[in-house]
Amino acid sequence: MSPEKMIMMANQIASFFDSQPGNAPERIADHLRDYWEPRMRSQLAEYVQAGGAGLKPSVEEAVQHL
Amino acid sequence: MKDFIIPQFAPGDDRDMGTPARTGAPVTLTIDGFGVTVPEGTSVLRAAAQVGIMVPKLCASDNMEAFGSCRLCVVEIEGRRGTPASCTTPVAEGMVVHTQSGKIKKIRRGVMELYISDHPLDCLTCAANGDCELQDTAGQVGLRDVRYTPGQNHFDPTDTGARSQAEARLRMPVAEANPRYTPKDESNPYFTFDPSKCIVCSRCVRACEEVQGTFALTIEGRGFESKVSAGTATDDFLTSDCVSCGACIQACPTATLQEKSVIEMGTPERSILTTCAYCGVGCTFKAEMNGDELVRMVPYKHGKANRGHSCIKGRFAYGYAQHKDRILKPMIRDTIEEPWREVEWDEALAFAADRMLGLQRKYGRRSVGVITSSRCTNEETYLVQKMARAVFMNNNTDTCARVCHSPTGYGLGKTFGTSAGTQDFDSVEKSDVVMIIGANPTDGHPVFASRLKKRLREGARLIVVDPRRTDIVRSPHVEAAYHLPLRPGTNVAVVTAMAHVIVTEGLVNEAFIRERCDWDEFQYYVDFVSQDRHSPEAMEALTGVPAADLRAAARLYATGGNGAIYYGLGVTEHSQGSTTVMGIANLAMLTGNVGREGVGVNPLRGQNNVQGSCDMGSFPHELPGYRHVKLPDVREIFEKAWGVEIDPEPGLRIPNMLDAAVDGTFKGLYCQGEDILQSDPDTHHVAAGLKAMECVIVHDLFLNETANYAHVFLPGSSFLEKEGTFTNAERRINRVRRVIHPLNGYEDWEVTQLLANAMGANWHYTHASQIMDEIAATTPSFANVSFDLLEEKGSVQWPCNDDAPEGTPTMHVDHFVSGKGHFIVTEYLATDEKSGPRFPLLLTTGRILSQYNVGAQTRRTANVVWHPEDVLEIHPHDAELRGVNEGDWVRLASRAGETTLRATLTDKVAPGVVYTTFHHPATQANVVTTDFSDWATNCPEYKVTAVQVSPSNGPSDWQESYNEQAERSRRILPAAE
Repeated sequence: MSPEKMIMMANQIASFFDSQPGNAPERIADHLRDYWEPRMRSQLAEYVQAGGAGLKPSVEEAVQHL
Repeated sequence: MKDFIIPQFAPGDDRDMGTPARTGAPVTLTIDGFGVTVPEGTSVLRAAAQVGIMVPKLCASDNMEAFGSCRLCVVEIEGRRGTPASCTTPVAEGMVVHTQSGKIKKIRRGVMELYISDHPLDCLTCAANGDCELQDTAGQVGLRDVRYTPGQNHFDPTDTGARSQAEARLRMPVAEANPRYTPKDESNPYFTFDPSKCIVCSRCVRACEEVQGTFALTIEGRGFESKVSAGTATDDFLTSDCVSCGACIQACPTATLQEKSVIEMGTPERSILTTCAYCGVGCTFKAEMNGDELVRMVPYKHGKANRGHSCIKGRFAYGYAQHKDRILKPMIRDTIEEPWREVEWDEALAFAADRMLGLQRKYGRRSVGVITSSRCTNEETYLVQKMARAVFMNNNTDTCARVCHSPTGYGLGKTFGTSAGTQDFDSVEKSDVVMIIGANPTDGHPVFASRLKKRLREGARLIVVDPRRTDIVRSPHVEAAYHLPLRPGTNVAVVTAMAHVIVTEGLVNEAFIRERCDWDEFQYYVDFVSQDRHSPEAMEALTGVPAADLRAAARLYATGGNGAIYYGLGVTEHSQGSTTVMGIANLAMLTGNVGREGVGVNPLRGQNNVQGSCDMGSFPHELPGYRHVKLPDVREIFEKAWGVEIDPEPGLRIPNMLDAAVDGTFKGLYCQGEDILQSDPDTHHVAAGLKAMECVIVHDLFLNETANYAHVFLPGSSFLEKEGTFTNAERRINRVRRVIHPLNGYEDWEVTQLLANAMGANWHYTHASQIMDEIAATTPSFANVSFDLLEEKGSVQWPCNDDAPEGTPTMHVDHFVSGKGHFIVTEYLATDEKSGPRFPLLLTTGRILSQYNVGAQTRRTANVVWHPEDVLEIHPHDAELRGVNEGDWVRLASRAGETTLRATLTDKVAPGVVYTTFHHPATQANVVTTDFSDWATNCPEYKVTAVQVSPSNGPSDWQESYNEQAERSRRILPAAE
């Protein structure tokens, strides 16, 4: 998927969990594990590793939990 | 329309009991010497029917209130004067009734004689011969003569005293000298209206009012001049308000209203019960047959979803099943540039299997996947997802629910604990307040809409939350108490503001919440929702909904009695679709509107088996029964049953498959009964994804748009050609029965099995019932479901297991499936799809009554008379600004693409909002929609696209090139000799 689309999707998820009680990065990671196919998670992890431009901080932190 | 407490004398017995059932205290009376006990309020006519005494009648029917006009059902009651009509006389304790006596017989014969004196005696050549209540009743009352000499009448066009129209034609072949004679109205493609045969019993008028709720028909004139009229003097049935639901035809006791198929094919001689393959209401029909010819589809009165009613699609639009466009032979081609080559099944299956296996060898086991169909049966869907999991050995399975109700799965799963509507359709009869959010039931779910309208006419209040002024907002004898015309994309803001009102005005049902919900989560939610920023006043500028109206609507929902919410794709198809579903669940929990009749949260499912396809494990993260693939104990159940190891990782969803295809890692797709190129958003991207795949297998009735990019075409079978089950929006599992032999030779589940076996699966199902047995064995909510049980009960609603052996009409009665109900904070986040200078309008899409989804079925029926093309609804103000007039071609453009279509000017849409349907591939409305989607599920944001509208001269370059490509792609070489 295009990086722009991936960033948007990940940030949408983060926006929801950032608004919820509890540990947002962990819940984002749970969501990604439950709904994102491994190659999508890998793409996100690689993107974060490459700097993660445009991603919300909670997404970047969530990737550490994957 | 619902006939309460319907006695079924034998399976399939749907005799007319004369008047509707009642539910009062028991009353015992004697009829012709037989004792009978019936509920208070029951008519004598119905009480007689209950003991098997069918009193002659013409104007009465058990799906409408008694009318008392025909005077044929007269009886004598001991101790009472005269001969009262039994249809309008309620039973009384100790009453002694006689339905036959010399006096009664004389009255009935006299009445009948009068009826027949103004009715043509063409019985032998009449289309209703053998299926005519007038004919039957004449026999029943012993009519042997008509003493009246021919005089003024409505049936003899020549006015020469002819007793039949055949005789009249002989006497005067061309002349029409009788001013009372009105020629047959054949304007409707499905039925005729022949006033010369009408006995003015008003059953059609009453059916249109009481059953359908459209009020299209009326009785015009007085006395002998009385006649049935569809609208004004210049209207015929086609131009009238008639919605072709068929209720009037069913009600007509003569051939006045008659299906054209019966006129053409003759009276049916047998029937088979089956389930409609259109919307999620899941109506039960009698497929009435002559030999192996389907003559007509008639709604079955004991069908628990439809209670004897139907809509134009289920009743009439089944002709696609035998349309000339059906592809009945398998076809293959090496590349999509080549024409199709007809081949035998073995060759097609071997070709497909070799390609898919080759792709997995070359690109890995996760390089291929499946799309299951919400139009196919549970059994077929189950096998297709099983194919992904047990043959492809991955979880790349998804279904079209991805693009409609996947947020329902997520939202209701997180709040209530399972992905399902909470009620049955009967529940609406107990509702006091109904809130419809983002649904258009009169068009999308018409049979439910009729039931809802009936309840509204009885006094229930209605709240509609929709950007458009849909028909349910204001129609004859129905008017919403509040219509909240929100701006597209602001559902969460509106729902949260309603919760704000309920919480801050102290309207919550605290006892319910303390008992049934997680109290800590509730308190957190209260803190959130009480903030001023969520008040209707603070939200008004954003949502466009007047704060006072929103407050009043919230108060009504919270305090008006039983409050029920029905919602549709106007809720789910947004970037915050899942959040809105959770917000709706919050509203129901706040007010205690869960767990009993008349309340609840009810997703109106778009397609016939959306619920079932989701239940069957079509989603890439869930095995059947909504259990995540990550759970080892769940995988173990299926690993044992299937003898394979199941991938614990979630698979690709449809949009992800297309993305991965463009990226080059997803190479093969088996797509059953879906047309993703037309139905999914951002057509350019879908086409690019399909084009990048090396093997696309389309399994369908027709060469649909997706098939333009396919390498293998496997012919499908229609719902008339297969055994199985559909599960409707109320979780009701209904039987689908084979009515005719599959035209291609196989039911769809057989084709899937053949393909799986070609890939080495070694499956050996011999009947769809065996697949259901496997579903029951592996899925707790289906544990007691079997074809035998469905034969016995007609239908059951899941969960159906040892805890609920006969199914579950209402969910969450004592506790939520998940234990406690969960309040979830619903922060409004504006979509990134925003109108601006370049694209200043917001497009929202939907469907209309006569067409269905991508139109593959309905476009191949006479329904195109009502909707031959997609049109763009635009407010007159926006049209004027752009120089657009009614009927003009306009260019509809977004950042994703553009198309052209005709405009219609209407204030149903607010200024700034435009609307269209997506039923016609010539328009391809989805070339305009974008790839934005729901945050949780990837459900596309169909309902909000920023667009510009400008005058146009006709089809765009893209439309023309698309049509050329489609035509080229559909070339078929005949099979080699």
